[in-house]
Amino acid sequence: MEGLSVDHLLGIKDLTIKDFQLIFKTADEFKEVINRPIKKVPSLRDITIANLFFENSTRTKLSFELAEKRLSSDVINFSSGTSSVKKGETLVDTVNNILAMKVDMVVMRHPNPGAAAYLSKHVDAKIVNAGDGAHEHPTQALLDAYSIQEKLGEVKGQKVVIVGDVLHSRVALSNIYCLQKLGAEVMLCGPATLIPKFAHTLGVKVEHNLRKALEWCDVANMLRIQLERQDNKYFPSLREYVMQYGMNKQLLDSLGKKIVVMHPGPINRGVEITSEVADSDQSIILSQVENGVAIRMAVLYLLALKINRD
Amino acid sequence: MQAREIIGTKEFHLIIKRLAFQLIENHSDFKDTVLIGLQDRGIHLADKLGDVLREMKPDSEINVGHLDITFFRDDFRRSDKPLKANKTEINFVIENKNVILIDDVLFTGRTVRAGLDAMMAFGRPANVELLTFVDRRYTRHLPIEASYVGKTVDSIAKDKVLVEWTKLEGQDRVMMYSSEKE
Repeated sequence: MEGLSVDHLLGIKDLTIKDFQLIFKTADEFKEVINRPIKKVPSLRDITIANLFFENSTRTKLSFELAEKRLSSDVINFSSGTSSVKKGETLVDTVNNILAMKVDMVVMRHPNPGAAAYLSKHVDAKIVNAGDGAHEHPTQALLDAYSIQEKLGEVKGQKVVIVGDVLHSRVALSNIYCLQKLGAEVMLCGPATLIPKFAHTLGVKVEHNLRKALEWCDVANMLRIQLERQDNKYFPSLREYVMQYGMNKQLLDSLGKKIVVMHPGPINRGVEITSEVADSDQSIILSQVENGVAIRMAVLYLLALKINRD
Repeated sequence: MQAREIIGTKEFHLIIKRLAFQLIENHSDFKDTVLIGLQDRGIHLADKLGDVLREMKPDSEINVGHLDITFFRDDFRRSDKPLKANKTEINFVIENKNVILIDDVLFTGRTVRAGLDAMMAFGRPANVELLTFVDRRYTRHLPIEASYVGKTVDSIAKDKVLVEWTKLEGQDRVMMYSSEKE
């Protein structure tokens, strides 16, 4: 059967071009489904999915949960704040206990990089990585690339700049892998303290001047400043960051071309981008959210095909 | 693999014309009637019938839609075939309309069962009829029969019946492929 080349979605690194095409094509059809009067299909009605969130998340969790429900799967939710993890249970034990309740797929967010890959080796369920530390967040990268393709026709040949807190962002790393595999050029832009030291090994350009970066690009993906992850001071003050790396309407209009503005959310309005930019016609932030559900439906559907039935 | 032509080009076009006349007989001006072809091969028959009807009834508006049933199939994870989705395009309202579901070959009836479910996601039609080009007799898994039939053929389950189109296979005809002579 011509399906995905992987049994779990752990990271973008493992996917082939064919996988991208299959996921995007399937997402096209699911996008049509979620715009019907009845937005639900029965494909996954005999599948149970556990959403394990060992780290806070609102929109990713909502998006996954909605995708799972639109596919008719049964959903159980777990968040570490209210669980036995606090009592010292290990990850594998926690998950095995949940799997003992006959769960077929696990969607997991975890603060430790590699947690999803580790789990996939130790438990018998399909794993979807919903973010592991600052490592990967594959469904976000897929939906970003899908949104670019939808807006501009194709990803190949586009110049994409990722602006802001790259160091703490799992979105950035997955996005870089994804965009490069699809043939786009990627640039990172931000204060030197927020660009990882290993950036040069990723085959990306680095630019510290926002205007120059925006003049170069077709698409700007503005990352959120993750204040909660910043244990040190990475820039003198938020005000100074906004002055140097915040995108406002004036800057956007002065570029002499219409670039596409993206943001993985949640937005710190007035920090990464101003409200005017977020709500302008160049911003595709809300299509990203809609596409997120379609992409997650596609990923869950295609992975469910790989579950052995006995 | 043995190939045998069961409907030639001339008969093929006659059948399409006859089906169109039968539809006109029951639905006259198509004011409250819409055509929905099932993906992936039923859409070609639906499109063709749409064209023929428009020619015969130039004053009527003939609505033709395409419906993909992939996500409604009952063999998800049970079939070795890839369950790849196709496009659904229904740019009209089906609520309270007469819907004519169209598929090229009626075999087990499972596709039509899925089609009925998939269609209901778009609204509640007044009534639904089924039109098929080839009705494979005695092969049904479900109690589903067509309201309009192009031709009834006898076949065994292992045979494959394919309605071929000029734009796809180079000729309008219906072929039966048998794996081996019994």
